[in-house]
Amino acid sequence: MAVALYRIDDRLIHGQVVVGWGQPLDIGFIVLVDDNVACCDWEQDLYRMGVPPEMEIIFATVEAAVREHAMYAADSRQGLVVVPDIATMRRFVEGVPSIREVNVGGIHHRADRVQKLRYVFLSPDEERELRRLAERGVRVTAQDVPAARVVPVTELLGATPPEARSA
Amino acid sequence: MTSSGSERDTENAPSAPRAIVAGHGGFPEGLVSAVMQISGCGEVFLAVSNSGLSGADIEEQLKSRAASAGIRVFFTDLPGGSSTLAVRRLMRTDPGLVLVTGANLATLLEFVFQADSDPREAARRSAEKGRAALAAFGGE
Repeated sequence: MAVALYRIDDRLIHGQVVVGWGQPLDIGFIVLVDDNVACCDWEQDLYRMGVPPEMEIIFATVEAAVREHAMYAADSRQGLVVVPDIATMRRFVEGVPSIREVNVGGIHHRADRVQKLRYVFLSPDEERELRRLAERGVRVTAQDVPAARVVPVTELLGATPPEARSA
Repeated sequence: MTSSGSERDTENAPSAPRAIVAGHGGFPEGLVSAVMQISGCGEVFLAVSNSGLSGADIEEQLKSRAASAGIRVFFTDLPGGSSTLAVRRLMRTDPGLVLVTGANLATLLEFVFQADSDPREAARRSAEKGRAALAAFGGE
């Protein structure tokens, strides 16, 4: 088995992840990679409540997840890695160059972000981060649930980089 | 407010909302609409969808809607859904809040007719009613 999905989702554990992806992919464990959640027992209890008993949830800092990734990949069950934002995914991918695909599943509205899709809003910095990920050879696509259309990063970002757009 | 049938008949003014129904997509509005169709008491609930919102925005919206209406009871759809997690976060600073997750139409209808009950007790009974309403038939 392998890690079936590397997902960026600011809601982390929620219905789309646990049910929407979890059931069709037969996910046996979720690795929640977030430095803040990894050091907070209360947050972990909250997210633990959100997964069914047959699904294991592992909490990790980026550093620990990089260190343990080979173990996740060798697990006999299907796994799903979820991170809260693009910067965290970029750090994770830098530590684990074998990651070839990243799913943008949910980045919601914030004052400095522009809407790209119904479920994806990006700031100029985040657009740059996604471009860098793609330039590393990672296949970056947006898709909130399995039945939705897969949106390639080129379509997500458009052809014009944010710095050129304001000129 | 009263649950007495005779008084209800004479009081045409809508009741103040007593609970929030929160969840995915059109689930909250749909459920409240169904309550309205069956009982005529849809105004007991405020419907709050989590569509298009971040976890922080869901929490903020639930907090502000509850505060402005004086609501202490929440019904959500999925135990692991973002609305449920948001209410659990609110409960951390306000343990007096009451949450029923996995809510269905039977759950809400039970709550509607317990206007005079303590909210905790009403929520507990509603959860039992909703659980008992689940059944599967056929396939034998």
